[in-house]
Amino acid sequence: MRKLVCVLAALVLLVSGVVPAGAVEGNVPQGSITLNVYNWGQYIADGSDDSMDIIAEFESRYPNIHVNYSTFDSNEIMYTKLASGGVTVDVIFPSDYMVARMIEEDMLLELDFDNIPNYQYIDEDFKGMPHDPEDKYSVPYTWGTVGVIYNTKYVDEEDLIGWELLWNEKYADKILMFDNSRDAFGIASYLLGYDVNTTDEEELRHCADKLAEQEPLVQQYVMDQIYDLMENEEAWIAPYYVGDYMTMAENNEDLAFYLPENQGFNLFVDAMCIPKCAKEKAAAELFINFLCEPEIAAANMDWVGYSVPLSAAKEYMDPELIEDPILYPSPEVQSHGSAFANLDPAVTRFVEGLFLEVRIRNVSNDGMQMLVRWGGIALAVGFVAWAIIYGIGRRQKNIRKK
Amino acid sequence: MKKNKSVILSVPYILWMLVFTLIPLGVVGYYALTDPDTGAFTWSNMAQLGTYLPVFGRSIGYSVISAFLCLLLGYPVAYYIAHRGPVAQKLLYMLVMLPMCMSFLLRTLAWVGLLQDTGIINTLLESVGLARVSLIRTPGAVILGMVYNYLPYMILPLYAIIVKIDGRLIEAAEDLGCKPSQTFTKVVLPLSMPGIVSGVTMVFVPAVSTFYISQKLGGTEMLIGDVIERMFKQGNNANLGAALSLLLMLLVFVCTGIMNKLTDADGEDRVVV
Repeated sequence: MRKLVCVLAALVLLVSGVVPAGAVEGNVPQGSITLNVYNWGQYIADGSDDSMDIIAEFESRYPNIHVNYSTFDSNEIMYTKLASGGVTVDVIFPSDYMVARMIEEDMLLELDFDNIPNYQYIDEDFKGMPHDPEDKYSVPYTWGTVGVIYNTKYVDEEDLIGWELLWNEKYADKILMFDNSRDAFGIASYLLGYDVNTTDEEELRHCADKLAEQEPLVQQYVMDQIYDLMENEEAWIAPYYVGDYMTMAENNEDLAFYLPENQGFNLFVDAMCIPKCAKEKAAAELFINFLCEPEIAAANMDWVGYSVPLSAAKEYMDPELIEDPILYPSPEVQSHGSAFANLDPAVTRFVEGLFLEVRIRNVSNDGMQMLVRWGGIALAVGFVAWAIIYGIGRRQKNIRKK
Repeated sequence: MKKNKSVILSVPYILWMLVFTLIPLGVVGYYALTDPDTGAFTWSNMAQLGTYLPVFGRSIGYSVISAFLCLLLGYPVAYYIAHRGPVAQKLLYMLVMLPMCMSFLLRTLAWVGLLQDTGIINTLLESVGLARVSLIRTPGAVILGMVYNYLPYMILPLYAIIVKIDGRLIEAAEDLGCKPSQTFTKVVLPLSMPGIVSGVTMVFVPAVSTFYISQKLGGTEMLIGDVIERMFKQGNNANLGAALSLLLMLLVFVCTGIMNKLTDADGEDRVVV
């Protein structure tokens, strides 16, 4: 009998695996598992620039789990992919308003926090937030602000008066703009002094007018292409997420970040969630738990450059980052920020429609002009060529007839 | 007997067409006529199409111009290749095909690297003391991208037709006193009409629905392909996207129909491009 107990104990030990010192974890699922992780681009340390390769680290700790990692450009693209079905994704990283939308549309699974013991390290400020008031579906991953990235070589300090910088004709064709309606309309409403979560059609139309005013000055509407364009100085001014500014600033020292505090700005939290289409819930929870481990989170955020919602991680991080007021603005500054709330799908579609209209509004003139001008030239050249060839032919014929 | 066999052989493709062309087309039609939220029948998607007409206009304008430029550039090349020796023909044919072996996306990105303000051309210009010129994000850049990417689709059908033109017809025309220019307009050009028609179609149709080229080489302006892509990818409005696709398909049919009509009517005495 005693022997049996020993054997059983040994088996239990074997099954539970070797747990690294200091790490707390829940159940480790067994068997060969493929975990599909769907994240923003440039949003996890990948081993470059002497960082820790988070995924490789996870896979080496849990050799039976293979991570299949893919990326998206915006919340809307991620949402559309999941909503249209037919995909298997186990972990996603939506922003706050998207978490709320997915909860409302019943697209997320409730998390089993017994499997995510590292949740204890998440700061109290990030618990019970409006997008997930009962903390059932999401675990905060990062937080940050949206401001204006600009190149100090080309942009005068005196032009930094607010979001107006993005409407400054002096920098025409050197301005980039968000290629997603939510962020673009957010900026317009901060500039016009509206509530960022307005659903008033009149106000939204005013925002669209404001954005249409900006359109002729915009070089391109971009998301992740922004890295190259700003680092190579192809563009000089762009609104974007602060953490990505940190990455760009490492590659181009002339880049700076400006937060239009007085007009307001977006303060966001990106979270980790498990969508309904997940097949490996336990492994997904293990992955989330892994990312919340203070040392791992620290190594990850050192590279990702966003602000970390786990104070416990800060002691392992680059102190320069922790003290950077751009990454960790004072509570006073933070009080000017506001979060995006989930809007009704009909409103979202209305805003998306308006944004498209902004993009095509000026077509009616220049597109038609283009068609007339180029089409006219092309047809004229064609006609002249035809007339010459045909005319020569005719004349020859006539000469011969005579 | 022979007929029966051919019917049997064509069954797989007919099935394929049914499952992967006709049924999806029905699905597109269904989406175009239903409401995104309720799924009820509605004309509202169709009613919204008016807003996007200028974008259709731009797309068609760009593609007509591209097809025309492809023809201007491609015809002499096809003619030249068709009149070389067999070995040279094979080699030249391969050269035309060569760029198509590389990813379309990569080739377009390469143009971005060449044309952008901080790109190769502008860096070269600057290094010899000239001013930068803005090349990228202009309509010309988009048309350049289209012409560059679709030129082989013009050359190959043209070559296939021109190479089959009976040399004796040309000799006959010359014997009967045609000048070279007349031989060309009276004999060669009418006979290569089928190649011109299929070449123009093969450039026009993909160009009119392209979205990648305009996103990379164009500025903020969108082509209809961009709008449709956006509807599906992030607008979460597949219904309006489907309505736009249907209209685009209709326009393509009309455009190619008009072209076929023009060329069929009087291919002998008229040059229609």
